Amino acid sequence: MIKALPHPKWKDPRVRTRKPSMPPGNRSREAQGLLSMAARGRFALQVCSNCGAVQYPPRQLCGKCLSEELSWQDVSNKGTLLAETTLQHSNDIYFRDRLPWKLGIVVADVGPSMVVHLSSDCKQGDKVRLALSIDAAGNAVVTARPEKPTSNEKDDLQLREMEFDPKHRRPLIVDGKTEMGLELTKAFLSAGARHVFVGYAKPWYESQYLEEIKKLDKVSVYPLDVTDTDSVEELVSMIGDKVEIMVNNSYHLRPGGLIDRFDINTAHDEMEIHYYGLMRLAGCFGPVMRAMGADGHHSATAWLNIFSAYAWINNPAVGTYSASQAAALSLSQCLRAELTPGGVRVVNTFIGPIEDEWHQLAPPPKLLPATIAPRIVSGLSKGIEDIPIGAVAEEILERLSENPKEIERTIKL
Amino acid sequence: MVKKRQDYKGVVVCAPVTIPYSRYSIKSAHWFCGKALAELITSSGLSKSDVDGYCISSFTLSPDTAVGLMQYLGVTPRWLDHIPMGGASGAVALRRAARAIQCGDAEIIACIGGDTNHVDTFRETIATFSQFANDAVYPYGSGGPNSSFAFLTDYYMKQFGTKREDFGKMCVDQRTNALPIPFAMMKKPLTIEEYLNARVIAEPLRLFDCVMPCAGADAFLVMTEDKAKSLGLSYAKILATIERHNAFPDDPVQIRGGWAVDIDDFYNQAGIGPKDIDLMQAYDDYPIICFMQLEDLGFCDKGEAGRFVQSHDLTTGGDFPFNTSGGQLSTGQAGAAGGYIGIVETIRQLTDQVIGNTVENAQHGLVSCFGMINYDRGICTSAAIFGRSTA
Repeated sequence: MIKALPHPKWKDPRVRTRKPSMPPGNRSREAQGLLSMAARGRFALQVCSNCGAVQYPPRQLCGKCLSEELSWQDVSNKGTLLAETTLQHSNDIYFRDRLPWKLGIVVADVGPSMVVHLSSDCKQGDKVRLALSIDAAGNAVVTARPEKPTSNEKDDLQLREMEFDPKHRRPLIVDGKTEMGLELTKAFLSAGARHVFVGYAKPWYESQYLEEIKKLDKVSVYPLDVTDTDSVEELVSMIGDKVEIMVNNSYHLRPGGLIDRFDINTAHDEMEIHYYGLMRLAGCFGPVMRAMGADGHHSATAWLNIFSAYAWINNPAVGTYSASQAAALSLSQCLRAELTPGGVRVVNTFIGPIEDEWHQLAPPPKLLPATIAPRIVSGLSKGIEDIPIGAVAEEILERLSENPKEIERTIKL
Repeated sequence: MVKKRQDYKGVVVCAPVTIPYSRYSIKSAHWFCGKALAELITSSGLSKSDVDGYCISSFTLSPDTAVGLMQYLGVTPRWLDHIPMGGASGAVALRRAARAIQCGDAEIIACIGGDTNHVDTFRETIATFSQFANDAVYPYGSGGPNSSFAFLTDYYMKQFGTKREDFGKMCVDQRTNALPIPFAMMKKPLTIEEYLNARVIAEPLRLFDCVMPCAGADAFLVMTEDKAKSLGLSYAKILATIERHNAFPDDPVQIRGGWAVDIDDFYNQAGIGPKDIDLMQAYDDYPIICFMQLEDLGFCDKGEAGRFVQSHDLTTGGDFPFNTSGGQLSTGQAGAAGGYIGIVETIRQLTDQVIGNTVENAQHGLVSCFGMINYDRGICTSAAIFGRSTA
């Protein structure tokens, strides 16, 4: 059985700091289809519309009937472990630094045999639970764990490499003085975070949530204004080397569109906070996190942006806000490319309207921060890359993939 | 029952050539293949222009194929084939060449398998081996063939209760065969204790289960019997050949190879059976695949190879001479030459040109080839039976 991961010790400065490296990242275009499923936490494989054969490894024609009508469909994630090995030797630097490494061949209930990264709790002949995860190079891989969850399964060191389990890690929550900030702090603590850093702007502006945060154990609060480069630099100089999960919770919403509320200042504030704010955070914290992305079992691991679902499609009721979210989303893709070589992955969550003072006139359903925060943390700990939260975000995503022009004309969510 | 195929009457193999193996080399694959050609013509008294057909196999010619090599070597063949089938290349090249000779498309064909091994060649080869390997195997631990054969070995051992001692017996006997071979990578005798206690590479595989990549080339000539006689060359006859690709795709883990599909056709064409085989060369990058060849080619039942090797002496003086030059496990795996080593050794044994120890009174030799772990299993299988010219 997997042993519980021990509490991290103080880092011994004489011990070698493991440099970031990546597992092999060369994938065919068809195999990238797995990534789009993994990014959403789905276990989906190509299924032939003509003969029903499930394909793996991915291909462009059915391996049975040669039809080109293959579609990605959610399939059973159960299988049986037929063969296993534990590598004590590897040809790749990433794995050499992490040996021994357990692998298996699982025959999936839906048909194909799959080479998998194997949990050390699985034995030959066992039923197993398959998942599509994303490895440190940002590519989809298949992992297998015992069919029924085991007590310390998140502590499997090998599979922990493909997830962002907050256990024993230290997140920094940006803009923490909101209700969302409080709920995120609580969610990270209950997920086993070692310590939570909470940043807050505008110290003259009182916040009941910040007062509540201050009362929690294992939490420190720091002034942090993402519109001020000096402020961000000051914080990185204090705690930069301790931040293992960045939680960019910057939030500044003022209802209104473009012509109907022609207000450059508001639009400017939104960009300043969402877009330039992300840029300042990334410019200061990014290099430090990237350098520590392989530093032990509690290394820097993820950069989480909490975006609105309107980052995907402009909602004219909050038009300039949507635009600033889209700008930040675009920048996050650049950040993802730049952090990947350090083994730090960018995770974006997309949330629907929340129940707060700035969504007074938005129609229901609206989300409560106490509901959202645990779901964000749970998605993070599963290693999901794009986490849509709430019915509105789910619907936008589905309608966008079906007909982006339709939702552009009729979005009223 | 497959329709009986035309035989290879009147077509022979001769001029077995090995460019001595070395662990690493700064020479190119072009050099190794070219040296093999030079050795082929000098040993058979031919001039370069007498060879009018080529079968080439190499992993490290890139960006060239057999085409670029022809200009590099300054030859003008009227028949050319490139066989990218790794360990299965030898017997496949043989059967392509034999038919071309039989039909008159070429008169003398040089079959050459050669590769270099720079310090980082092996890693680069396995890192870009195939689309399925790139997508679905190499990113999983990057063990290369070690991890793939670890799976096959693990599955087989648990299916049939085979012990590591069984694989060890085979490796130890093969090492005995390799000791007189001057270019073998492994120079020292191997004891069963050394085998069992060696460093773990990928459980259940340990060091002496894994072939050592090296540089080198093996080659032979295919021509008509009359041509060989007129040149005064010793030759062996081709009695049967088979090849098969992607056999048993529905087996969840590979436990048999394409030989099992073609075994009846194979012995039918040869007109002899497993009992008539005097020596066998099996493809042996890992012991497990030898076990499958022994079973799938009819020397014992499925799952019985462990008992078979324990109850036979596999050395050149034994009752089942097997990998009589030591095989790849002892001499090294010179890339695609690994698909030729068995053929070259068999020709040597059947034409009395042996480098190591001779198998006395050998009349029939069987060579079996296996190649290309494309995803989770080896895809290509081939085999050939040769007979002494007087047989």
